[in-house]
Amino acid sequence: MSPDTASAPTPAPAVRVSSVRREFRSRTGQVVALDDVSLTVAAGEFVSLIGPSGCGKSTLLRLVADLDRPTSGTVEVFDRPAHVAREAHEYGIAFQQAGLLPWRTVLANVELPLELHGTPRAARRQRARELVDLIGLTPFAGHYPHQLSGGMQQRVAIARALAEQPSLLLMDEPFGALDEMTRERMQTELLRVRSETGAAVVFVTHSIPEAVYLSDRVVVMSARPGRVRTIVPVSRPAVPDGVDAREDAAFFADVARVREALHGPDDDDPGTDDLAGAAAPARVPATRGMDLR
Amino acid sequence: MSGERTSTEGLRLPRPSRTQVKAVLLGAAGVVGLGVVWEGYKALAPETGVSIGSTLVLPRTSDLAMPHLWEMWSRALEPVTGAPDAPPLWQAVLGACGFTLRTAATGWVVGVVVGLLLGMLMQGLRTARDAVLPWVVLSQTVPLIALAPLVRRWGSQLHVGTLAWPDWWSVAVIASYLAFFPVSVGALRGFASPDAVHVELMRAYGAGWWQTFRRLRLPASVPYLLPALRLAAASAVVGTVVGEVSIGLRGGVGRMIVEFGATGSSDPAKQWSPIAGAVLVGLVAAAAVALLAVPLSRYRSSEVQS
Repeated sequence: MSPDTASAPTPAPAVRVSSVRREFRSRTGQVVALDDVSLTVAAGEFVSLIGPSGCGKSTLLRLVADLDRPTSGTVEVFDRPAHVAREAHEYGIAFQQAGLLPWRTVLANVELPLELHGTPRAARRQRARELVDLIGLTPFAGHYPHQLSGGMQQRVAIARALAEQPSLLLMDEPFGALDEMTRERMQTELLRVRSETGAAVVFVTHSIPEAVYLSDRVVVMSARPGRVRTIVPVSRPAVPDGVDAREDAAFFADVARVREALHGPDDDDPGTDDLAGAAAPARVPATRGMDLR
Repeated sequence: MSGERTSTEGLRLPRPSRTQVKAVLLGAAGVVGLGVVWEGYKALAPETGVSIGSTLVLPRTSDLAMPHLWEMWSRALEPVTGAPDAPPLWQAVLGACGFTLRTAATGWVVGVVVGLLLGMLMQGLRTARDAVLPWVVLSQTVPLIALAPLVRRWGSQLHVGTLAWPDWWSVAVIASYLAFFPVSVGALRGFASPDAVHVELMRAYGAGWWQTFRRLRLPASVPYLLPALRLAAASAVVGTVVGEVSIGLRGGVGRMIVEFGATGSSDPAKQWSPIAGAVLVGLVAAAAVALLAVPLSRYRSSEVQS
């Protein structure tokens, strides 16, 4: 699905965000959700966006997905404007809510994007079966969403995002509503799936360990206005089989670096990233009522 | 006997559950109870009713005003008129019920189609909603009695090819006029009911208005549409009966109630048969809509708002 990566010497970046600004008008006045944000995500790269609530990380993801338009600046996906990329089905997307259609079975939910884009019935059925197998839910293929646990629903949502073999995956806190154990399993699973598909991923999260564990680079953002504070490359050492990378010393070192970047010297926010958001609820409109939390 | 009950919902045993049996028993008890109240009141209350000053607050209980149930029943079995070839009353009433039901069903279908189209229009275009919705609500404040003769007059001037506009179409139009309202309002609510996450998902897939409507809004609206369709069926029956009365259409149960009511002083039990017939038409209409809901059960998992 990514012809560029194979042939061209320098493949087109999956995402190129240039000097983007996004303002929201609210009753209390103007809120700058994003200010002068530039970011490039290479093809096949896993990039996490992290920062306090109201830093605009979800807004940034929504701009890439063309679910929202920047006030100024440009967003390109595989060298095409974001809306062209959206209409060409260049990316798969998953939100914090699984968002499965309750009247469709697991299989039919995974088929939905293929169906919308005119894939013949037999082909999409087969593709959906492969994906349901990939996420280990084959015994539940005929079940309806309300018969599944939250973690299972989220796996279906990820399978659905992968249905069209996108070379870009956009994920907005997809594991945010899961318990810690399910969450770690899902992270491991996501890395496996992603290594099989080679897709680039833009991943919004509140969790520092999650960002470090999953990513090649962690984009640390600051709030009001939303800006990219710094970008932390993750060392990602090769760990032997059976060893959890989350127990590696390099992992802890990277977690510490991201944490320092989040609470840097010029950061006047007290407390953790979550508390910062809670302390300033007035800033939440920055992501509008559409934050899908 | 019940075998293994898994935790998965949706695997229900086909035999009637205890609650279903209970519902049937309660329903039957309600009908019997109504009969008991009728006869009990007739037996206990004074013949001339109860008046406060000159105002009658409880009805008279004379055989003229409140015939015994068994008189209504035996009257139903006798011929309609004294004519030698007259069919039994119940048969004439059933015939009229069929006529009324056909008119009501036609009105219901037209009303549902119009209601759905209006709902789609209002969903698709914000300006349409702002412009149309007040008229939709206002339309229901126009008294039917005023409307019926107008519809009939307009209809009589219409000719479809060589086919003249039959009077029962006018009644069907009146029925549809009542029926479209709950459908359009229910459709508008139902089409707007999908979560933001679903709407955004469709947008992310590059789905256009029609695909979003067909794959998301329409199925999501089923829990809203089913009660609206039931309401529309009841409205269509009421509209048909009232329409028959106001334009004087022969053949239906509405006209029959008026006609038999006029002979009430000599044959008081007679008019109760078409009244029961009107109730029957309503029940059949409600049952038909309930049957319609059966194949839609998987769209109802989030059921029963509104």
